[in-house]
Amino acid sequence: MEFDILTLKPLLPELFVLTMACLILVADLYISEARRGIVHMMAMLTLVFVAILTMRSYGGAEQATVMVMNGTFVRDQMGDILKLAIYVLMAAVFVYAKHDLRHRKLFVGEYYVLALFGMLGMMVMISAASLLSMYLGLELLALSSYALVALERDSARASESAMKYFVLGAMASGALLYGMSMIYGATGSLDLLEISMAVRDLGSDDIVLAFGLAFLVVGVAFKFGAVPFHMWLPDVYHGAPTPVTLFLAAAPKLAAFAMAIRLFDLALGDMHIHWQGMLVFLAVLSLALGNIVAIAQTNLKRMLAYSTISHVGFMLLGILAGTPAGYAASMFYAIIYAIMAAGTFGMIILLSRQGVEAENLDHFKGLNKRSPWFAAVMMFLLASLAGVPPFVGFFAKLQVLSAVVDINLTWLAVYAVIMSVIGAFYYLRVIKLMYLDAPDTDEPINAPFDLKAVLTVNGLAQLLLTFLAGPIIAACGAAFGI
Amino acid sequence: MDYPLLSLLIFAPIVGGIVVLAAGESRPGLARWLALLVSLITMALCIPLLQNFDSSTAQMQFVERVMWIETFDIHYFLGVDGIAVPLIVLTAFTSVLVVVAGWEVIQTRVSQYFAAFLILEGLMIGVFAALDAILFYVFFEAMLLPMFLIIGMWGGPNRVYATLKFFLYTFFGSVFLLIGLIYLYLEGGSFSILDMHRLPLPLDAQIWLFFAFLIGFAVKVPMFPVHTWLPDAHVEAPTGGSVVLAAIMLKIGGYGFLRFSLPIVPDGSQAMDWVVILLSLIAIVYIGLVALAQADMKKLIAYSSISHMGFVTLGAFMVFQVLENGTMEAAQLGLEGAMVQMISHGFISGAMFLCVGVLYDRMHSRMIGDYGGVANTMPWFAAFAVLFSMANAGLPGTSGFVGEFMVIVASLQANFWFAFTAALTLIIGAAYTLWMVKRVIFGDVTNTNVARLKDINAREAVILSSLAIAVLALGVYPDPLIDLMHASVAHLLEQIQLGKL
Repeated sequence: MEFDILTLKPLLPELFVLTMACLILVADLYISEARRGIVHMMAMLTLVFVAILTMRSYGGAEQATVMVMNGTFVRDQMGDILKLAIYVLMAAVFVYAKHDLRHRKLFVGEYYVLALFGMLGMMVMISAASLLSMYLGLELLALSSYALVALERDSARASESAMKYFVLGAMASGALLYGMSMIYGATGSLDLLEISMAVRDLGSDDIVLAFGLAFLVVGVAFKFGAVPFHMWLPDVYHGAPTPVTLFLAAAPKLAAFAMAIRLFDLALGDMHIHWQGMLVFLAVLSLALGNIVAIAQTNLKRMLAYSTISHVGFMLLGILAGTPAGYAASMFYAIIYAIMAAGTFGMIILLSRQGVEAENLDHFKGLNKRSPWFAAVMMFLLASLAGVPPFVGFFAKLQVLSAVVDINLTWLAVYAVIMSVIGAFYYLRVIKLMYLDAPDTDEPINAPFDLKAVLTVNGLAQLLLTFLAGPIIAACGAAFGI
Repeated sequence: MDYPLLSLLIFAPIVGGIVVLAAGESRPGLARWLALLVSLITMALCIPLLQNFDSSTAQMQFVERVMWIETFDIHYFLGVDGIAVPLIVLTAFTSVLVVVAGWEVIQTRVSQYFAAFLILEGLMIGVFAALDAILFYVFFEAMLLPMFLIIGMWGGPNRVYATLKFFLYTFFGSVFLLIGLIYLYLEGGSFSILDMHRLPLPLDAQIWLFFAFLIGFAVKVPMFPVHTWLPDAHVEAPTGGSVVLAAIMLKIGGYGFLRFSLPIVPDGSQAMDWVVILLSLIAIVYIGLVALAQADMKKLIAYSSISHMGFVTLGAFMVFQVLENGTMEAAQLGLEGAMVQMISHGFISGAMFLCVGVLYDRMHSRMIGDYGGVANTMPWFAAFAVLFSMANAGLPGTSGFVGEFMVIVASLQANFWFAFTAALTLIIGAAYTLWMVKRVIFGDVTNTNVARLKDINAREAVILSSLAIAVLALGVYPDPLIDLMHASVAHLLEQIQLGKL
């Protein structure tokens, strides 16, 4: 078979990230401790250029779907939007992380290299058009994440959570592979499109397919952190250094979303009736457990971990609808959620000082007195997470609910909103601590300018995105043909 | 109109609030004057609103419509009719008084206090002006956050409990409203409230929607048995917060019934009207009796508010039985009575809370038992307080009489027992109000604290007398208000009669 290098052009962003990650890995060896900032700049520039590369080939609403590498890799509009969102999120993550990494004496090149490899893994997952490339992307992301969690190797807590993450993650990967092998056995193909055609011929009641599907759901649910596959999430969020938690909390949700869409809609769309039931089960449990257990937390990182679980419940609601509107809603939700999550972890970093991690709720006491501006930023983020209008989190919930009501699962929508009222309580409690309580310390907030600036943008975005919601929602819709 | 008047009314206070916030905590004087200026500008914007409003038609006026979220057909869609205009004017008027009332009392975080009220004002006007259901919902919910902070930051000792209860109660109510609106959108393909008015719906769907709306608005009004957040919130809120809560936020519930429940699900409302009528009558009588037992003035007024709001919901929902057993005119009278009651209650409850605020600023107590013989040391204050109490009890010549009388007269045509039960309020209301007046204002000076009281200053006199004028004017000559809403109420009645089956 003739090989033309030009056919790899759609892969350019991935190739670029790969090259840069390797380059930074090597360059870091020759950069002294004092000039580590250069590594940070290189990582940021990588994000800028990869964004340009992706955008140059982004075709807007009429973008054609391009397959490369013998149909294992696909460039389409959904993938491009998700990737662009990931670049933006990663840039925010790097800016937030730098400050905290310095405090922890962890300001090392490995963080950036591993994060970029993790990002590459997400990009491959997003663009995967075959089970093989999907698994490769997933493992690249997972291995980078395990290593990142263990980055603070002298901390017993971090090592413990890395171990838990690794063991549970390996089991989930095993389940996923097992499921994939069953699907392969039943359909004789790894290619998602060919699988979908084979499924059509086999019919949705094929027993091997159903088994395979169940294991795939386990793998996806683990990646999302949906109940009952959520056990790792609070421990890892809590145990990992905040810059790593930040990385884990934001962008990977988008990759998990893409993975769910490619597997369930593209490959197994004809089995909708089966996976819908499973996802309803996961969503119902996630919404309840996430929102209720979060109330009992005093550690903000753990609280946000449970909050993640509840938001995953909402994302699953959109996916289980099985309609283009539902997928678009869920995609918008995932993007908005990742932005909110990045901001809240950024606030923890902002309030952290040398040796003191502001991870307990009490650290936010009286923030309004210490800094009215950042108290407002945090309030915007929390209100948006709670789904209070006019913040953009409300519009994400609105779309998902609309998709669920549209498929006549109104009871599920009612259940979801009741759970989100319960959830509103613990977000409000943080607002209460910031505004109604007296601070424990009068220490002014000391943080570099770039951290403050990006955090401000992140907070204000909750409000501004409300006004700009139209085009973003339209872009998400266009990715699914509406 | 060649300028967006309604947008100005909404965003002048919001932007003004942000400017006040920017004045910072180091310059409280500047923040106060800026806040007053902004609230006066907003009030002044009501003049062109009233001048250019054509009360001969039920059409939506000052309409603005801009595409917002195309995928869901959500518009930035504003417009007002005769039902919304009086409430907008009431909001702007009350906000000025609230700013003036907080002038000296608020000494901590001054700019945040005034900014919260101004932003709240803009959002409340937005609720009354919104014609897109999602826009309505956004304003409706966004109000909660400033109010949460107002009660929580400047409230009384038990403020955290009260403000969380307030937020979660109302948030809980409104999410059902949201599901109802989404359902309507999926049925009709539009979030425009006017399109929803025209959308035909089967009866069972209407009944489900009726309950979704009922939960949302009943919490806001509040109706028995979901009223328990109100006494807590009122007692703990600072005076300004209580005033806004009683004078305007409760009206949003009543407005919601008139804008959503009656025209969108008329047949569902007709089938289920007994629920609302029953709850309204319970509120009027039972909550009135509860008010009688209160030892805390603010709690007493809070319960009295719930009881008076019972007239609003009664007036709105007995319209079906009036139409069945009586005349069109009576139905119109009942609906207009409900509207007049809303505006009148806005003035009176606001005034009552301000009176309690005047006393509280001096004695730092809201307990009836701590007072006695205030008239001896504060004669001017006593005059105002007695006037407002009389209005609260429904004395003819004051605005409190007009609305209640209209509703009672109309209800006679629906069912004698409705009228009889509702009219009990004239006795119970007089009992709890006048008994409080007797114990607080009249009699001998009971203790040295009361003996040391100073009468109201010029600032307080301005606030109370402007409210007194409003209460008397509306009581003696309510025609301008009724004319303003007449065509819109008639149109609403048409929609109700037409049905949607």
